[in-house]
Amino acid sequence: MMNKRRVVITGLGVVAPNGTSVSDFNNNIQKGKSGIRYIEKLKELNFSCQIAGKPLYKESYLNNYFNNIQLKGLNASGMEYGVIAGMDAWKDAGLSINNSQTPLWDTGVIFGTGILGVDKFREAIYKVDEGKVRRLGSTSVTQTMASGISAFLGGMLGCGNIVTTNSSACSTGTEAILMAYNHIAQGNAEIILAGSTSDSGPYVWGGFDAMRILPYKYNDNPTKASRPMSATASGFVPGSGAGALVIESLESAQKRGATIYAEILGGHVNSGGQRNGGSMTAPNSQAVQYCIQKAITNAHINSKDIDAINGHLTATTMDSIEIQNWSEALGRKGKDFPYINSLKSLVGHCLAASGSIESVAAVLQLKNGYVFGNINSEDLHPAIEALIPRDQIPLKTINKPLTIIAKASFGFGDVNACVIFKKY
Amino acid sequence: MNKEELLSKLKAIITPYVQNEEGLKNLNIHTDFIKDLEINSANLVDVVLDVEDEFDIEIDNESMEKMLTVEASIAIIESKLQEK
Repeated sequence: MMNKRRVVITGLGVVAPNGTSVSDFNNNIQKGKSGIRYIEKLKELNFSCQIAGKPLYKESYLNNYFNNIQLKGLNASGMEYGVIAGMDAWKDAGLSINNSQTPLWDTGVIFGTGILGVDKFREAIYKVDEGKVRRLGSTSVTQTMASGISAFLGGMLGCGNIVTTNSSACSTGTEAILMAYNHIAQGNAEIILAGSTSDSGPYVWGGFDAMRILPYKYNDNPTKASRPMSATASGFVPGSGAGALVIESLESAQKRGATIYAEILGGHVNSGGQRNGGSMTAPNSQAVQYCIQKAITNAHINSKDIDAINGHLTATTMDSIEIQNWSEALGRKGKDFPYINSLKSLVGHCLAASGSIESVAAVLQLKNGYVFGNINSEDLHPAIEALIPRDQIPLKTINKPLTIIAKASFGFGDVNACVIFKKY
Repeated sequence: MNKEELLSKLKAIITPYVQNEEGLKNLNIHTDFIKDLEINSANLVDVVLDVEDEFDIEIDNESMEKMLTVEASIAIIESKLQEK
């Protein structure tokens, strides 16, 4: 096997429902501050679930990231979140914007999304249907093409390596990180801005409401609605936002004297083929376990080395199956099971953005030595409690140095991604 | 509407798309949108839509293709205004 190069994380950016900067996010996940709110618009539109996780900032905040031309006609929330998170991560890594005429040949962008600029697309659909296609303007395409987000970031930064957008439903963000890792480990790039973004709003969330998989009894009590691992979990709360990580070869990071947040040891991406219990919407447990095991092998660690798991854990009945899959894949149960948490208790399920936002949280845990608490899990699901003790699922944040965190995301289409982060 | 008024309205419309501020300072009848102002060619469509909104006129494709300079734009706007 070819000797892989070491790969590290040197910058973070996040636009989450409970914090739109890394420092706010870092504070709020430790404090257990929820970003889930009642959304009036969803009530007006007769949604059953009228709550969601949506990042909050003033419109003027966008002036720090977009120029006047870019702001004109901008109607793509996922674009806003992705650009803010991406540019923040870039700055956090101590990197500057390429102002020369030569692209940065060793620097790229892999920024995923499920669907981009839904509101912009709606605007376009109305105009087209009214016979006014000529009035669409120049931005309909660039704000609604899935790769609009990587294209925007790549252009702002002047990247000359891979600039692409991946899409694998709710595993998109974690997959983007692994794609960047592989690209750099194989020597094809030095720095990649990796992450993912997900639009806000009724047109994104409506389809899930229609599937009756969102909680509808918490419209008066939004912060209690997202209940991963709880006996009373009744569906995932839809979320939105973006997470971004600057992923870099160790060599390059050391040469620059960059701050290193964590190392990426490896990981794996796979699919259950919608066989053996897997379907468009449910995971094949065998594939989930295989993905986790293969990630561990690729990272050259032992399953015993994992200190904490940042789960997918969406707050549905699947949570106990996920815990069982982790337990079987790692060969660990009871007191021997690692700590486990789910960011979704605080921000909901940020869909395509979930993997990247949750990975930012995982990396912050490693860097700062804590396991953030799982709010709303006071009534653990009995099937989960039968496998692992309460102590391993902290309700409140515990301060503890961690060495290795495993982060996994699973998505519609029976797709899985698992990445192993190590403290550097 | 006299030429001066028209020019100042046009200037306000194109300003957000201009990437060469020097060119904007020296704006005159001969100014070329792409060469002198470095307006991204994709944004010319947006300029035309903004012109339509401002003057409440409709600019056909053929006229649109000619709107590359201040002079041509003013001529087209004037003729469309007369047609109203």
